[in-house]
Amino acid sequence: MTVTIFIPRDSGALALGADKVAQKVEAIIRERGLDARIVRNGSRGMYWLEPLVEVETPRGRVAYGPVKPSDVAALFDSGLLEGGVHALSLGLTEELPFLARQTRLTFARCGITDPVSLEDYRRLGGLAGLEAALAMNPADIVAQVTESGLRGRGGAGFPTGIKWKTVLDTASPQKYIVCNADEGDSGTFADRMIMEGDPFVLIEGMVIAGIAVEATKGYVYIRSEYPHAIAVMNEAIAVARAAGVLGAAVLGSNRAFDMEVRVGAGAYVCGEETALLESLEGRRGIVRAKPPLPAHKGLFGRPTVINNVISLASVPIILDKGAAFYKNFGMGRSRGTIPLQIAGNVKHGGLFEAAFGLTLGEIVEDIGGGTASGRPVKAVQVGGPLGAYFPVSLFDTPFDYEAFAARDGLIGHAGLVVFDDSVDMLKQARFAMEFCAVESCGKCTPCRIGSTRGVEVVDRLAANVEPEKQIEVLTDLCNTMKFGSLCALGGFTPYPVMSALTHFPDDFRPAPLAVAAE
Amino acid sequence: MQSAGTEIAARAIGIIDQFKNLEGPLLPILHGLQEEFGYVPPESLPIVAQALNISRAEVHGVFTFYHDYRDHPAGRHVLKLCRAEACQSMGGDALAALAKQQLGIDWHQTTSDEAVTLEPIYCLGLCACAPAAMLDGEVIGRLDAEKLEEIVAEVRL
Repeated sequence: MTVTIFIPRDSGALALGADKVAQKVEAIIRERGLDARIVRNGSRGMYWLEPLVEVETPRGRVAYGPVKPSDVAALFDSGLLEGGVHALSLGLTEELPFLARQTRLTFARCGITDPVSLEDYRRLGGLAGLEAALAMNPADIVAQVTESGLRGRGGAGFPTGIKWKTVLDTASPQKYIVCNADEGDSGTFADRMIMEGDPFVLIEGMVIAGIAVEATKGYVYIRSEYPHAIAVMNEAIAVARAAGVLGAAVLGSNRAFDMEVRVGAGAYVCGEETALLESLEGRRGIVRAKPPLPAHKGLFGRPTVINNVISLASVPIILDKGAAFYKNFGMGRSRGTIPLQIAGNVKHGGLFEAAFGLTLGEIVEDIGGGTASGRPVKAVQVGGPLGAYFPVSLFDTPFDYEAFAARDGLIGHAGLVVFDDSVDMLKQARFAMEFCAVESCGKCTPCRIGSTRGVEVVDRLAANVEPEKQIEVLTDLCNTMKFGSLCALGGFTPYPVMSALTHFPDDFRPAPLAVAAE
Repeated sequence: MQSAGTEIAARAIGIIDQFKNLEGPLLPILHGLQEEFGYVPPESLPIVAQALNISRAEVHGVFTFYHDYRDHPAGRHVLKLCRAEACQSMGGDALAALAKQQLGIDWHQTTSDEAVTLEPIYCLGLCACAPAAMLDGEVIGRLDAEKLEEIVAEVRL
């Protein structure tokens, strides 16, 4: 029987040499005339083990990693095809603690299948949600999504069902589904992973959204920094179209839906939904004032559902298993699961999907294994460049929208970047302001001017010029930006700045000179 | 023989025709032009404006808003180093300083032999295998001084 060897095509694995490993494996299969084939799957999300090579055996999938091209011959000599023992053996993939502890709902298939095989997708439960949706009327689909408690996974946490209902209730000859795949936040890669590892789940989610709100056209706006995600999505859309998942008659029904990929052009602010719509329309990515909401007047002035990748990719399982199943996971008003992305200076970096409610400390120390450098953790930035820096003293904060808000933070897109004690928090605060200045769309004054003034104030602070006054000015400036900016770019830049200032005051007050100036 | 200007115009029109019937065609056209020429030739912008029936100012505004578009050719290779937080936490800043020093250029500059252009990038989504870089579209994770020096040697060949 032909043995299947899995070698990921996820860009994280590629960045660590997966293609070279695959070439080597292929060469050995050919040279030794072995009965084996290679499947290029998505990533399991354990990046410290990438490239992770798996072999299908009667006992289950056996994992090896991280594999270098130079290890490949020895792996075959140790009986790779039978799951033989080698120094890189990790045992059965499913039993690896990092995976076994997860609740994979949205990422159920990611890393398991060939991302562009619709047969694999169907075999592992794909399209069941869409089939269920096609048998329902639009209002009932929306009700299911509302009932599930799903909130926008892009960062704002707005209830997805409410957004959909607004679009459904707005009459228009044309409506749109727009997927925000402009995942620009440092520390986040869940959107990239799902698009590269299980693109059909996003396509299915978008089709369901289209049927639910009576929209017939969808766009996935993917950032240009993600060439592999763009390629896989385009490939998957073509397969879905050929198989009738997309088109004039979705799965042979009387509903129509089609979609295409649009590529961003390196503007961070286009991750803001209205700037993204402007960009899709072919304009500068300038934030729009709200109202009107995109749900009323969105893309080309038409009612538009604009959701993050993970929000849309979570919809199929809700329709398949029911709202109650999904809602059963989580805590408080944060229902379901969240794909945590553990990144930066961390030993076990990767994607960990779990119900809401783990504490920050559990995530960083227990799951992430502490820092990669082995030094003590100093700060964890949660929620991307606009998220707050949390000190170790707040490690008891549960991962939940409200709990983070209560401690002046946000969970954002659920990315966590770990820093060891070598980090200078004043420098991080300066970077936050500098980044805002570079990426500001320029429409509102607090963001456009405030960010530049912010950099200057932090620089004066670093030079120890009247530090107490600078701190007062910086605090006031942050307050203005927070409440006066049009969107989250200017409005949330104060989170990293103020959290750095509040939790790490020593970094902002250089040691006084030994002899005070007279 | 056609002059260089007419040749660029003819190729630009070909690209514009490919995309102009899309909804919101301007970004796809600019991407198409950059792929065709390696940069967006300034002389192609008025042609775009005319084809889409919008003002030249509007096309210029869009072209200059986005970091991706160039108005002149890059070096033979483009090395992008991630400057975002996850890569900073793993020593990205020191690597950036090393790259600048080894190449003798700053961000957005091209070496005098036109071998390589150095660009900052904010996040490649490789945050769990930081620091990350991209060389001519190929992703690189866990970059260190040794790998960087290899890259520098390779691109200068």
